[in-house]
Amino acid sequence: MKILILSLIFIITTVIGYKIISDVPGLLHTPLMSGMNALSGVTILGALMATATAVKTGSKVLGTIAIIFAMINVTGGFYVTHRMLGMFKTKWGDEK
Amino acid sequence: MNLTYYDGISLLCILGIILGIRLMNSPKTAKYGNLLGAISLACAVIVTLVKNDIIDNTLLWIAIAIGGIAGYYLAARVTMLKMPQMVALLNGLGGGASALVAVVILLGNLGTFGLSFAWFTVITSVLALIVGSITFSGSMIATAKLEQRISQRPVYLKRHSFILGLISITLLVLFAVILHTYFVSFGNRSLGDTLGNNPDVLTLILVILIAAFSLLWGIIFTMRVGGADMPITISLLNSMSGLAGAITGFAIYDPLLIAVGGIVGAAGLILTRVMCKGMNRSLLQVLTGKTVLGSGTEAKTAMSGENKELFAESSEKQIEEDDYNKKIKKITAIIAEAENIIIVPGYGMALAQAQYQVKVLYDKLMERGKDVKFAIHPVAGRMPGHMNVLLAEVDIPYEILYELDVINDDFDNTDLVIVIGASDVINPAANTAQSTPIYGMPILNVDRAKHIVVLNKDTKPGYSGVPNTIYKMDKVILILGDAKETIAPIISYV
Repeated sequence: MKILILSLIFIITTVIGYKIISDVPGLLHTPLMSGMNALSGVTILGALMATATAVKTGSKVLGTIAIIFAMINVTGGFYVTHRMLGMFKTKWGDEK
Repeated sequence: MNLTYYDGISLLCILGIILGIRLMNSPKTAKYGNLLGAISLACAVIVTLVKNDIIDNTLLWIAIAIGGIAGYYLAARVTMLKMPQMVALLNGLGGGASALVAVVILLGNLGTFGLSFAWFTVITSVLALIVGSITFSGSMIATAKLEQRISQRPVYLKRHSFILGLISITLLVLFAVILHTYFVSFGNRSLGDTLGNNPDVLTLILVILIAAFSLLWGIIFTMRVGGADMPITISLLNSMSGLAGAITGFAIYDPLLIAVGGIVGAAGLILTRVMCKGMNRSLLQVLTGKTVLGSGTEAKTAMSGENKELFAESSEKQIEEDDYNKKIKKITAIIAEAENIIIVPGYGMALAQAQYQVKVLYDKLMERGKDVKFAIHPVAGRMPGHMNVLLAEVDIPYEILYELDVINDDFDNTDLVIVIGASDVINPAANTAQSTPIYGMPILNVDRAKHIVVLNKDTKPGYSGVPNTIYKMDKVILILGDAKETIAPIISYV
């Protein structure tokens, strides 16, 4: 039953994602991609749980590396997207 | 905090992320969308820490701090030109993280999540390990190629597809064996109890083997992708990193991970499709290594006679100073008369770092009261939308950056087109030359304008390897050299 619900969540979000992302204009495809990229670091949730519950040192080390990787992915992704989006200016600009 | 409470907050986070992406559809709101996404993800992290009662775990916070600072540092320093490799690198780390989580789960965390369907967790963990590892090694190769640490040319092994197939089969076998070890050897009891935290050596070896073969698959797969196909590859890897996250979510029954992973997977897929359409190539062609450059080499040899002639002729012209001055004079005269001007930037402009000069040229033309637009081909640059970011960086307003579909009919009524460092995307051969690899690729109809000025480095064909027929047209004025230097005289005479 739980697996069914999880599968449903996967299908629904994928469809919604597909729909709303199709609306993003080509102009913003690079920031869109780096933003999505940041989101893929969501795997940090798994990394946190797995590391906290790991007992053996080896698992803890691997888990810690996973958190670091995912965190670089998240912060780097969001910040670089932020920087990029700040560059898009209109003709009359911000000076007005 | 009970489970339903957690589920409610998870749902809010998911909605926040979806709304954030929704805001991404206009440059005015996109910034807030990105912030909303970041906040939602931060909430998700906090909620996860609270729910599992691990918020006071120092190790976790240290790891978060290290990763956070490193990520910030990377993002603060990267230039817009290097954005594709940045995205590829981050993608790889995301995939790598998913793979590592899978390893930790497989090697002893099975029981700790209170999972009722252990078999489901084993299967999804192995899948996450495979997809995550492929994403990691594939992205690293893509990053190295884009950084030019290794050659951008596609590398073919003997029987490339055969080797990939062999590794795939090996992975399938290993998959079956590891399932067998988990279920049959342990009598399919509750895995959490039996395995506990003591995976046997066999399991360990199997996990290492699966990781190794997946990494190898990613390397061999990406090394035969050429520079021109990088946008497609990056989009695809982006999709895969999302998928790896979603599968990890299935492994640990986390709805948030599944939802966000699914969205990212869908996004990557859309961008992959956009890129494929822009190059008129099916995804299958790219996947099976029929790269533009690969087939282009054949076209190059076939047409080399003609190409050499064209090249010799133009370099001869370049030497003649008088001729050059005449050209500049002619261009100045055309610009003086022109009312509508379209600028077509290509990756050559970015490589020459000529964006700043282009901005100066644009300002000057605007001062003269010209109507100036930019035409952006979907595959200009090294990742989807790359050219827009490069132009936005130098403060060219985004309203005058037009996509191919929108601007293509305008070329008929345009007095002057200035092409800067673009070849394949304006090559009329794409409409006519059936035997060439770019046949059918949508191009900017530059050839329909009244006058055309081309500022390219040389007359060598672009990545496709197909000689550009536009150079031979009478209305084309061709100036060869570094875009930075060739724009300068034009700017001074405008």
